Amino acid sequence: MTVHDMKHAASDSARLEAVGGRLSRVDGPAKITGAAKYAFEQQLDGLTHAVLVGATIAAGKVTAIDTRAAETAPGVLAVLTPDTIMELRGASDWFGNPPALSTYCPLAREVTFSGQHVAAVVAETFEQAVAAAALVKVWYDETPAIVDLSDGKAGDGIAIEAMTKEWGDAQAAFAEAPVRICAAYNTPREFQAAMEPHGLIARWQGDELTIWEPSQWLDGMARTYAEWFGVPFENVRLVSPYIGGGFGSKALALAHSAVAAAAAKMLGRPVKLVLNRPQNFTSYGGRAATRQTVAIGADRDGKIQSIVHRGVNETAVDGMWVEPLGSVTSIMYATPNFSSKQNVVRVNTVVPGAKRAPGENPSAFGIECAIDELAHELGIDPLEMRLINYAEQDPHTKKAWSTRQLREAFAAGAEAFGWAKRSPQPRSMRDGHQLIGWGVAAGTYPVRRAHGEAVVKILADGSVEVESSSIDMGQGTYTILAQTAAETVGVPVSQVSVKLGDSHFARAGVTGGSRLAGVMTGAVYKAAGQALDELVGLALSDPRSPFQALQANTLVVQDGRIASPRGEGPELSIAEFLSAVGRDQIEAKGDTLPVNTTPEQRYKNYTTIAMSIPHTEGDWSRYSWCAHFVEVRVDEDFGTVRVSRVVSALDSGRLYNPKLAESQWKGGIIMGIGQALLEEGIVDRRHGRIVNGNFADYMLPTNADIPDIQTISVGIPDPHSSALGGKGVGELAIVGIAPAIANAVFHATGKRVRDLPITLEKLI
Amino acid sequence: MRDFAYVRADSVEAARNAAALPGAMLLAGGTTLVDLAKCGVAEPATVIDISHIDGLNAIDVSADRAVFGALAKMSHVADNPQVKSLFPAVSEALWQAASAQLRNMATIGGNLMQRTRCPYFRDPANFPACNKRAPGSGCSAIGGVTRGHAVLGISEACIATYPGDLAVALVAFGAEVDLGERKLKVEDFFLAPGATAEREHDIRPGEVITAIEIPGSAVARRSTYVKVRDRQSYEFAAASAAVGLELEADRRTVHDIRVALGGVATKPWRVRAVEEALKGKPLDEDTVRKASELAMEGAVDHGANHYKIALAPRVIARAILKLGETA
Repeated sequence: MTVHDMKHAASDSARLEAVGGRLSRVDGPAKITGAAKYAFEQQLDGLTHAVLVGATIAAGKVTAIDTRAAETAPGVLAVLTPDTIMELRGASDWFGNPPALSTYCPLAREVTFSGQHVAAVVAETFEQAVAAAALVKVWYDETPAIVDLSDGKAGDGIAIEAMTKEWGDAQAAFAEAPVRICAAYNTPREFQAAMEPHGLIARWQGDELTIWEPSQWLDGMARTYAEWFGVPFENVRLVSPYIGGGFGSKALALAHSAVAAAAAKMLGRPVKLVLNRPQNFTSYGGRAATRQTVAIGADRDGKIQSIVHRGVNETAVDGMWVEPLGSVTSIMYATPNFSSKQNVVRVNTVVPGAKRAPGENPSAFGIECAIDELAHELGIDPLEMRLINYAEQDPHTKKAWSTRQLREAFAAGAEAFGWAKRSPQPRSMRDGHQLIGWGVAAGTYPVRRAHGEAVVKILADGSVEVESSSIDMGQGTYTILAQTAAETVGVPVSQVSVKLGDSHFARAGVTGGSRLAGVMTGAVYKAAGQALDELVGLALSDPRSPFQALQANTLVVQDGRIASPRGEGPELSIAEFLSAVGRDQIEAKGDTLPVNTTPEQRYKNYTTIAMSIPHTEGDWSRYSWCAHFVEVRVDEDFGTVRVSRVVSALDSGRLYNPKLAESQWKGGIIMGIGQALLEEGIVDRRHGRIVNGNFADYMLPTNADIPDIQTISVGIPDPHSSALGGKGVGELAIVGIAPAIANAVFHATGKRVRDLPITLEKLI
Repeated sequence: MRDFAYVRADSVEAARNAAALPGAMLLAGGTTLVDLAKCGVAEPATVIDISHIDGLNAIDVSADRAVFGALAKMSHVADNPQVKSLFPAVSEALWQAASAQLRNMATIGGNLMQRTRCPYFRDPANFPACNKRAPGSGCSAIGGVTRGHAVLGISEACIATYPGDLAVALVAFGAEVDLGERKLKVEDFFLAPGATAEREHDIRPGEVITAIEIPGSAVARRSTYVKVRDRQSYEFAAASAAVGLELEADRRTVHDIRVALGGVATKPWRVRAVEEALKGKPLDEDTVRKASELAMEGAVDHGANHYKIALAPRVIARAILKLGETA
């Protein structure tokens, strides 16, 4: 459990505090000073340390494991292999589908990727466990691996029918179109690369399990642990006070989590297991490598007649991941004819996973580069090209947009960037050795919605507490929930405490898909409203209440004080009032579920993603939107690309806290710069192994790579998307950055690079 | 990391004695040793901590020469005003190396002992074959991921790139490394792999680097270090060049010039062919670019590192022309 007490919040201005105010992140000082204690920094008596042994082949069988030397090494408590680790039960997947197998072994007998866990050593100290793990000797019967999408053995893969989107006759319309472009766009395997590694501390007390683990989804992960060990859900407590970066990777309990929890059960002692940096590149999936072809047929005036799109993403031999590559392709532009299909190809990798805007991100790279190619082919300004083909409704569902401020984003971004001064010809702008290019691209992300709950308490001292098992991984949950509760109840933010990151609090679904703020502000708004109603009801009706004599219909609570709307009669602080009526607290649990929801449905709602609400439910199609304008400088001799300016205009609806939203947008833009220019998991094709699994060789942008970034909010409240009018923030801004940079590089150099990242050898 | 004995040496003499023992390794800033011990490459039996030896961190710079004590920090040397004015390429090479945190820890002597970033060298559990680690076991890099590997000074035994920046400037200006009993040209201190890839330095058991000396010169005074890489900071060079230039009184004819390359060779790589081609020649772009191509004589690529052959001469030319502009 972690509490962020607003009493020290730097602001006393009501304008900053209200929903929509620019309150600074309340968890900031704790993080900056080092006071913030992360999940596996817990100090426990009798803590032991586990270290994993990874497979050194990408495919084959483990034929023997010699543990003798490790077992007799100093401090070693246990060496676990597939034969000696306790048997776990199979757990259902994140949709709640039951497992294919009734048992589960988190250590592999059949190896399907390099680095897969085959054994683990538990010792008194971390150093002893590391030393002993190096003594475990494993023999394999190796078989040929399929290393990546370009492997000759990979084949065409499996068609994913659910991804097919078609209307009109796309092939025929493309064939007849007077202007056609067709190109292939590739993105490599990328990693979330969070600063905080994955890991956990597991402790059993009887049949009760406590797990300290960075988590984007306490309830979902607690369910998995409960199922693995056959204990009731309530017996598992997951604690995740802070998360040092998740980016989609920390929503599931994984094989290493199972190893640690099993070891703790077997030894009867708490076990800490933290993946080392290379293991963070092989123990869970990053973004799958993708291949797309985009064909666009258009009139000579630039009006699109047809889009034909085909996509492929890699998945694992023993796991399925679909990166929806047609997601942006199908909605960004108006077209009378459309076809998108997708395959997945099994390769010997850990199963890929979610990384910021899975699907939309690579999808936008394809369509937003292709539209730029079409604009160049036709000699039309790429911004004008996008306006010519502006989708006035959702081209796929034919539903109206709930809100779509994309035209406004193009206008505001172009104005701030100075787009009108762009010289259209490639290689026409330079500064000494540097070729200058300007590029534009759009991005979008669906408004993913779900039901949520929260507890709001009004305490005897007049302060307000919010409780939720949702989490704050830096996006600002602590802060915006405090703002929501403060505004709803009518107290200063300094009187609100927010408690998050403990699965014993009010339940919460996954923090992913940019849904948390919309879900949780809605739940807190409801719970706080109920608490306020109860407070006012008590004041109007309780015989001991000083307000009872007023015979009023309602009362006003403002700045922590209760009064009648017209100011007649008494005025009391909440604390004075509660004391007068002899109550020590008011507690309300609010949720956004329908009233007749059963307990089973509630459990499913919070521990699976099966009850998410479609973004195209009912009459509306709900998305966030953005337009990115980018300037790059390319050294004409060296081929090095530096981004020198970014202006992005974004429509995330109403912003609950613009300061925090801008930070998330900038974070997405920075991650997009890394994706465009630097990031690539490089596989040794003989061994099927990532060879750059560390922070020196897996390139992430440094501060020196990032220019000033200007973000402009063009959103308006969207009542169809959330209770308070906001749309998604966290994932939106990365979508479209890579194509904007690629388009700018083309404008600078005349070279079209369609394979990310755009490294120097592709330009010299 | 394997358990090791820890010895703190209080004098150079004590360090030499301890360093002569089998399995001994010196610890100064620790930025390479700790890293390599973590990935299982370095497995010292004894770690000799020399970081507390007094008097080894002096920085003494005059027009005649610069002397850096082996324990001087990279950041201190880089920031020294006299180094900046009399040996600018040295300061620039240091500033563009590593990260601020590493430069504050790493020492000048230790910098010379920095080892390659070859991913195969650094992952013994997954790639047992490496002639640097296990002589005769083979080279895992050849046929593998070679984008960062060397094109000059390579052998069938090893194609690992020398990763550093400082030593590139040092070989350009004829610096020497002081090993106590003997002094060696830095250029000779580094060894190309040949058939003995495990020998990277001409240093014997019991020898300790105590200082680096660079003779002052006109070419050192007008010098620069140009480093090219995909990331603006904290990345090893795709190609780099240390260049020093002295012009005739006409301010356009090359009197003396020094050129050395980083990021493309198995050791810091002085390119005398370029120097000789430019001496006495006018400093115009065509001449410089043509001469710079000579640096790649004998270069052999392994596929993904082919771009270095095109890139390196451009880096040399940029560095020379940049110096010429300031004439």
